[in-house]
Amino acid sequence: MTEMNMIQALNSAIDDRLSNDENVVVFGEDVGFFGGVFRVTDGLQKKHGAHRVFDAPLAEGGFAAMAFGMGINGLRPVMEIQFADYIFPAYDQIVNEMAKVRHRSGGEFTCPVTVRTPAGGGIRGGHHHSQSPEAQFTHTPGLKVVYCSTPRNAKGLLTSAVECNDPVIFFEPKRCYRGPFYGDPHNVPTWKGHPDAEVPEGHYSIPLEEANLVMEGNDCTVIAWGTMVHVCKQAIEDSGVSCDLLDLQTLVPWDRDAVVNSAKKTGRVVVVHEAPKTSGFGGEMVASIQERCFYHLEAPIERVTGWDTPFPHTTEWDYMPSPVRITEAIRRTQEV
Amino acid sequence: MVDERELETASPFSVGKPPARPDQEPGFAAWPWSPTDLTRPDPTTCKSEDTDAHAHGLVRVLGDDDLADGEWNPSLDDETLLEGLGWMLRLRIFDERMMKMQRTGKLSFYMRSFGEECIAIAQTMALETQDWIFPTYRQPGAQFVRGRSMISMINHCIGNIEDNVKGRQMPVHYTWKEGRFISVSSPVGTQFSQAVGVAMASAYKGLDEATITWIGDGASAEGDYHYAINFASTFKPPVILCVVNNQWAISTHANLATGGRNFAARGLPYGIPCLRVDGNDFLALYSATKWARERISAGLGPTHMEIYTYRAGAHSSSDDPSVYRHAEEFKFWPGGDPIERLKNHCIKKGIWSEDKHEKLAELLDEEVMAAYKEAVKFGDLANGPYPPASTIFTEVYEEVPWHIQEQREELGK
Repeated sequence: MTEMNMIQALNSAIDDRLSNDENVVVFGEDVGFFGGVFRVTDGLQKKHGAHRVFDAPLAEGGFAAMAFGMGINGLRPVMEIQFADYIFPAYDQIVNEMAKVRHRSGGEFTCPVTVRTPAGGGIRGGHHHSQSPEAQFTHTPGLKVVYCSTPRNAKGLLTSAVECNDPVIFFEPKRCYRGPFYGDPHNVPTWKGHPDAEVPEGHYSIPLEEANLVMEGNDCTVIAWGTMVHVCKQAIEDSGVSCDLLDLQTLVPWDRDAVVNSAKKTGRVVVVHEAPKTSGFGGEMVASIQERCFYHLEAPIERVTGWDTPFPHTTEWDYMPSPVRITEAIRRTQEV
Repeated sequence: MVDERELETASPFSVGKPPARPDQEPGFAAWPWSPTDLTRPDPTTCKSEDTDAHAHGLVRVLGDDDLADGEWNPSLDDETLLEGLGWMLRLRIFDERMMKMQRTGKLSFYMRSFGEECIAIAQTMALETQDWIFPTYRQPGAQFVRGRSMISMINHCIGNIEDNVKGRQMPVHYTWKEGRFISVSSPVGTQFSQAVGVAMASAYKGLDEATITWIGDGASAEGDYHYAINFASTFKPPVILCVVNNQWAISTHANLATGGRNFAARGLPYGIPCLRVDGNDFLALYSATKWARERISAGLGPTHMEIYTYRAGAHSSSDDPSVYRHAEEFKFWPGGDPIERLKNHCIKKGIWSEDKHEKLAELLDEEVMAAYKEAVKFGDLANGPYPPASTIFTEVYEEVPWHIQEQREELGK
């Protein structure tokens, strides 16, 4: 075990895959010599060579297509979209091509591409450096969708994503790159000393279908992913309510047993995400839980989400779900 | 361990490299181009194929001796020269002050035009006031020329209650419709093909309006660039398409965007006249833009332009270029500094002096400080007050739909 922040953990996962699978190649904007604007690929070009870790021209659609071509011809590309907000020029390649090629070719071609991308708010990034577009990919059959939240699961999940023979969209909560975020922008700790900053060296993987039970309780189930996992932890502590906190980790396919068993146990559920509410993945959670657990539910399922508006710049703390809003939702489930 | 520079022969495919990395002496080849190289074709009859030399050479007016020469010399009067110099110096001083304020937390982020001040300023001065400006974040100087108040610009950058875009966008993402300066979007590239649409609307309405837009060497790899030249070729709208080749897209060198060096010539096979222009030469840029505008006035449609320059500063306040390029590389750029060059030209003409320049810089610094003090009265990012949280919910649609109204009530602000 070594203490790492999320950037180092992601770097460690990619380094391990580059070292142990010659078919892995890494590219994206600024990822080569510079090592990425968030430094996730720092030092990897020097170690593994410029034909394995390199800058791509600034054309997300272009290098997603290149990744597709490499993927169907035996390579295992790990591509970086610098901010999730900039994934949309690649949307056609991801949604119509990567996601469907296995099916459309009768299983003859597969596309084992990992699309890494920093997502989410909390860095004063305004409209175009803050969005969390997971639902735009969970709605596409053929893609696996992952959202890490800590250094440990960042490494474990990214390793599994690269090893996966299906395309994986891998969201990294940029707010948590250097430390967890508990909803207070004036008190921002680093990962130092955090138990989830202890990350195994070498090969380390977490299956892409497992939620992580972050906190265990009896009276409410809180489901979250990415930065919101930490905000929810704070909210649960503030609420004084005994809660299960499930970090979904993989959104597609999500961990049915973990969610259903917890919801049946507590009978009360709050789903939290920072993406907008309408057609957010929270809606999928709520619908699935009522389908599978209806007779166990004791209260209406609550959603706490970003608003159905573009992500703001100066007022971002009024946009992102806060511990206060989540605490109120948890308490409402107890009042029924 | 394999370094990118050792991979020329070892790599199974070509990966573009910059001329130098931080530990290497930056070497730029001396420019072979001089102001007298190129003719100035008649803009009202010029065809794409007549600009082959202009796309592969470099339109210059200010020579290495700081004197204006050649057919492209726009022969500007003294007043216009000094106006351009003043705007450029004002922008540099403004940028320096904003960058300092960013370091103190008064802004979340900043992007300077350092080394590229000439571009938007010379080009906007060469256009008509009714022409549309469709900028990236590196052309804020156009607003000075069009008369936007500095206080209004600072209000936006520091996200206070007077910010005309209500704290919704990051700093430097200006919007100013009154000056026909279209809203800046972070996804660089999108504006380039959209500008073709703006120009087509002007043509549709039968108005004498041009649209000018810019894209970086890096973003020229995006589909948007290629859509734009294709559509401009097809519909021939009144648009001026400028690729600002400032050598660096954050850490990615232009060599990686082209596999070669020339962007200008990309327009030739599309049948669009192409110019490659010295981007640090005020007179050359002014003249080339006037030429493109004359084509538009004559109903001849688009011009494609590469503006050859150097990004002297960091990409943004979040960037540290010394990690990927030599810290002093700008000093080696053969195109020099645009402000120094125009200043020296004016001095040689006998209409300016070092002393006057210094005094102007002091005056401008005072102007910037005064504007800044005025702007912070309305709040700043570090201390507020901000635009009210209710601005999150308004102007998402023309009218606030019920579901957003409910969410606004839930926030209770």
